[in-house]
Amino acid sequence: MSAFTAVLARDLRLAARRRVEALLPVAFFTVAVSLFPFGVGPEAQTLRIIAPGVVWVCALLAAMLSVTQLYATDHADGSLEQMLLCGESPVLIATAKALAHWLLTGLPLIVFAPLFGLMFDMRGESIAALTFGLVLGTPILSLLGGVGAALTLGLRSGGVLLILLILPLCIPALIFGAGAVGAVESGVSAQGHYSLLGALLIVTLLLAPWATAAALRISTE
Amino acid sequence: MSFYTFAAPSRFYQLAGWAIPWLWAAAIVLAAIGLYIGFFVAPTDATQGESYRIIFIHVPAAWISMVLYLAMAFWAGIGWAFKTRLSSMVARAIAPTGALFTFIALWTGAFWGKPTWGTWWVWDARLTSYLILLFLYLGYIALTEAIDDTRRADNAGALVALVGAVNVPIIYFSVKWWNTLHQGATVSMTAAPKMAQTMLTAMLIMTFAFWAYAFAVVFMRTRAIVLERERDAEWVAKQLKGERA
Repeated sequence: MSAFTAVLARDLRLAARRRVEALLPVAFFTVAVSLFPFGVGPEAQTLRIIAPGVVWVCALLAAMLSVTQLYATDHADGSLEQMLLCGESPVLIATAKALAHWLLTGLPLIVFAPLFGLMFDMRGESIAALTFGLVLGTPILSLLGGVGAALTLGLRSGGVLLILLILPLCIPALIFGAGAVGAVESGVSAQGHYSLLGALLIVTLLLAPWATAAALRISTE
Repeated sequence: MSFYTFAAPSRFYQLAGWAIPWLWAAAIVLAAIGLYIGFFVAPTDATQGESYRIIFIHVPAAWISMVLYLAMAFWAGIGWAFKTRLSSMVARAIAPTGALFTFIALWTGAFWGKPTWGTWWVWDARLTSYLILLFLYLGYIALTEAIDDTRRADNAGALVALVGAVNVPIIYFSVKWWNTLHQGATVSMTAAPKMAQTMLTAMLIMTFAFWAYAFAVVFMRTRAIVLERERDAEWVAKQLKGERA
C-alpha cells in the first residue's frame, strides 16, 4: 500500500510545483465549453438542450489531452522504469497514477460543472444529475486514458493516436452520463443511468489497471 | 507431418501460395452465382420492393467484419501470449480486410437506409456500435503502424484488439437490447428462416464468396508480411530465387 500512496503523493506534489500546467486541463475545458454559445447561438432554449452533451464531450477531450502526460515525463527521465523495477505491483502503480490524474483533472471539472450548468441556463435538478454523472463517469475516463497513455508511450503523434484508441471506448460513459440529465429533464428517474455508469466504473476499475500494467510492460521492455 | 507444421512461416508461405488461386477462383465464381440469384432470380420483396436486394452485400459484409475482428483479436492474443510469430502476422494481415468490410457494410447500409427509412444515417444502437467497430479497426491499424519495433507493435495491438472485442457482442445484441430503428435478426440458427428460400440461398452463397475473398486477401497480405519479417532467413532467399527462375 505504501507504494500506492508514494506514487500518488509524488504525482500530486509534482503537480503542485507546476501549478499552471496542472490547471491547463480545466482552462481548456472552460474555453472549449464557452465556445459553444458562439457557435450554436445564444438562445437559452437551445443551450439548455445541448448543455449536458457539451459538458461531457469537453470533459472527455480535456481528460484525453491531459492524460498523454501521465507517463510521458516519467518515461523520459527513466523514473518509470525504476518504478516498474522496484518490485511493487505495476497494477498498483497504474491505479495510483489514474487516481492522481482524476484528482488533478476530473475533480476540478466536477467542481466547475455546476457553474457551466448555470451559464447554460440549466435547472437545479439537471445540474445535480450532471454533476453526479460526472462523479461516476470521470474516473472511467482517467482509467481508460491510462491504458491509452501507457500504450502510446514515446510514440510520434502519440496524443492523436491515444484519442483515436480511447475515445470509442469512452462512448458508453458519455451516453449514460448525458442520458442521466436527459432523463431528469423529461421527468423520469435517472436511477437506471446511474446504475449503468456505476457498473461501467466497477468494470473499468477491475480491468483497466491490469491493461495499463500490461501496456507499460509492452512499452518499456 | 502434423497440422501444426503450418505454424512455421515458411510452411505457411507455401500452403497459402498454393491456396490463393483456388480461393480467388471460388470468390469470383460464388460471387457471380450469388449476385445472379440475388439480382435476377430472387423475388421482389413484398414491403421493401427492389431496394432490399442490397441485403446480398450488406449482411454478408456485416457478418464477416465482426467475425474477422474476433479472429484478429484471437490471433493477436495467441501471438502475444505464446510468442508464436505467425499468429501476430495473421492478426496484422486481417485488420485492413476487416476495416474494408466494416466500411462496406456501413456504406451499403446507408444506401439501404435512404429508400427504406428515408435517411442515410440514424444514431441507432446497431449503427453506432458498428461505427465504433470501424474506429477500433482504424485504431488497431494506426497503433501497430505507429510503433517501429515489430514485437512491441504486435503486443500493443493485441492489447487494443482484446480490449475492443467487448464491442462485438454489443453490436450483435444491440437490436435485441435497444429496440431502435435497425431491424432485428432475420436469419437465425434456431428459428425457421423468415425470408424466401432463394433469398436465403443467395445470401449464403454471397457469404461464402466474401469468405473466400477474405481468406485470399489475408493470405496474400500474410505472405507479404512473412517475407518482410523473415527477409534475413535462408529459406526466403531460396524461395525468391526459385520464384524468379
